Amino acid sequence: MRTALLVFMKECRESLRDRRVLVNSLLVGPLIGPLLFLVLMRLVVGRELEKADQPLAVVVIGAERAPQLVAALRQMGLEPRPALADPELAVREQRIDLALRIAADFGADWRAGRPAQVELIYDSSRREAAADIERLRGMLDSYSHRNGALRLLARGLAPAIDTPLVIATRDAATPQARGALLFAMLPYMLVLTIFIGGLWLAIDSTAGERERQSLEPLLINPVPRDRILLGKLMATAAFSTASLTLGLLAFLAVAHFMPTEELGMSLALGPHFIAVALPLLAPLALLICIAQILIAAFARSVREAQTYLGLAQLVPVIPSIVLSLLPVKAQLWMYAVPLLGQQLALMRLLRAEPVPPIALALSAIATLLAGVAVFAVTRRVYDSERLAIAA
Amino acid sequence: MIEVRGLRKSFGGTPAVDGVSFTARDGEITGLLGPNGAGKTTTLRMLYTLMRPDAGSITVDGRDTQSEALAVRRTIGVLPDARGLYKRLTARENIEYFAGLQGLTPGVARTRAAALIATLGMQELAGRRTEGFSQGERLKTAIARALVHGPQNVVLDEPTNGLDVMATRSLREFLRGLRDAGRCVLLSTHLMQEVAALCDRIVIIAHGRVVADGTPDELRARAHEQSLEEAFMTLIGAAADAGDAA
Repeated sequence: MRTALLVFMKECRESLRDRRVLVNSLLVGPLIGPLLFLVLMRLVVGRELEKADQPLAVVVIGAERAPQLVAALRQMGLEPRPALADPELAVREQRIDLALRIAADFGADWRAGRPAQVELIYDSSRREAAADIERLRGMLDSYSHRNGALRLLARGLAPAIDTPLVIATRDAATPQARGALLFAMLPYMLVLTIFIGGLWLAIDSTAGERERQSLEPLLINPVPRDRILLGKLMATAAFSTASLTLGLLAFLAVAHFMPTEELGMSLALGPHFIAVALPLLAPLALLICIAQILIAAFARSVREAQTYLGLAQLVPVIPSIVLSLLPVKAQLWMYAVPLLGQQLALMRLLRAEPVPPIALALSAIATLLAGVAVFAVTRRVYDSERLAIAA
Repeated sequence: MIEVRGLRKSFGGTPAVDGVSFTARDGEITGLLGPNGAGKTTTLRMLYTLMRPDAGSITVDGRDTQSEALAVRRTIGVLPDARGLYKRLTARENIEYFAGLQGLTPGVARTRAAALIATLGMQELAGRRTEGFSQGERLKTAIARALVHGPQNVVLDEPTNGLDVMATRSLREFLRGLRDAGRCVLLSTHLMQEVAALCDRIVIIAHGRVVADGTPDELRARAHEQSLEEAFMTLIGAAADAGDAA
């Protein structure tokens, strides 16, 4: 243990003097996730909000046939645009998102109390116009309903007669749940922070030392190689955990600037989240670090190690993708799968749902066991004869 | 004292060391002389327990390098072919790190490091980070790091590689000092002048085999040559002919 501590201290001291390590582990790693998030949220959410507040510009054909309707729509936020010759073609060619055509005999039908026709011209395959179409449809519905009720009243009937069925919608998603949907990538961001935090030390511990010709002298010392490996792992994990802690704090800080309130959702990104997430992710940090060291030990040069680890960085995204494509119901055994377990627990935490302690314990134990297994493999690689010899 | 007996090692079927035997005694400087690729570095790597021999044995002060690897490593100081330093640590930190790995307490490590720094005349370097050190400065640091635990046996792989004349001279002085203190010094080199100027005993290796072993005078006599260089060429040439015949 004394040897491992000695190696740990030396690796930390050396790394703390390396600007490249400091920038990567303690600046880029922790900040990249939160900042990326903030920018994305502002971009996406900001656009949605803007749309809702802005007047809805719609090409109206035959506005003069229904001045009252157009005036009412204008009050609801519609901004009529001058008519076009061929609105269908314009929509198909994506020059406009949608158009409203008021039928030629609208006035006559309206006055006679017959259903008067308006036409909505749009392209349902264009997802980005869906919100606008929905908005216009809502305006028309409400105008139609209001006038229907007035007509019933004028004939001395209760307007309720027109509504035999009331559909009340209740979105079962709590505000937190809606937020978590947007935050489905957050667990991956945290895993990425762990990854970047330990990256440089993992590369340096074997490939780097070999390239700089200091591995052979190191291994000639009268100490078992697994102690050296343990020391290097401890240093890598320390930097990775520091990166993770800073990353969590950064998320906490950034959460204040997220436009979640405007969207009517909230995220459980508080001190409680950190208090659970840190012990949840610490075993994962250990597993990721030893895996990084193992992968880097196979590389013949630092450059090769960077390539391998760059590819390995994509592995943690798999649970995120799987979970977003196949929204499975969390079973207890899933918590025993490293990466997947942490992902599931984090999602629950973000939704302010309690995570069963048994799931947390299972995740920690399974991840630690996986870490011990990878350590055993790495130790075999470290004991091999060719390890120290520069290729 | 280092005793090598019938040492063999091959890589992918090609023998690199093919039955090497020699003895390096205390109070002597033994030179392992041979052309590049003769098997010197592989022999030394087996000696300092970085590689396992396919056959044969090595003992250091009577301890077997395979069964007592850790104990052997405590009694040898090695300057390997690879001698990279930690460039973000100072020379002193480099030395003290290895002292710690050798099992010295921090207090002892500091005293030993200071003593070696004084002996090697590197007081001005000691507090500087090793990044940007010259070849000679790097070598001094690497030697201090290798000898900080005061080993009885000192093994150096091509120690003067890349050194200028002044640095080479002071290194030779230092090695003679170790010999006079009764240490066993074993070095490998491909340079004739090196062994001629320094070694008490020469082991000539070619094609993974020992082709001659003796004092400089004995070797000259055996090859019927006046200069050691001629003797070297004759002995190596004879070995090559023998190898072709076989």
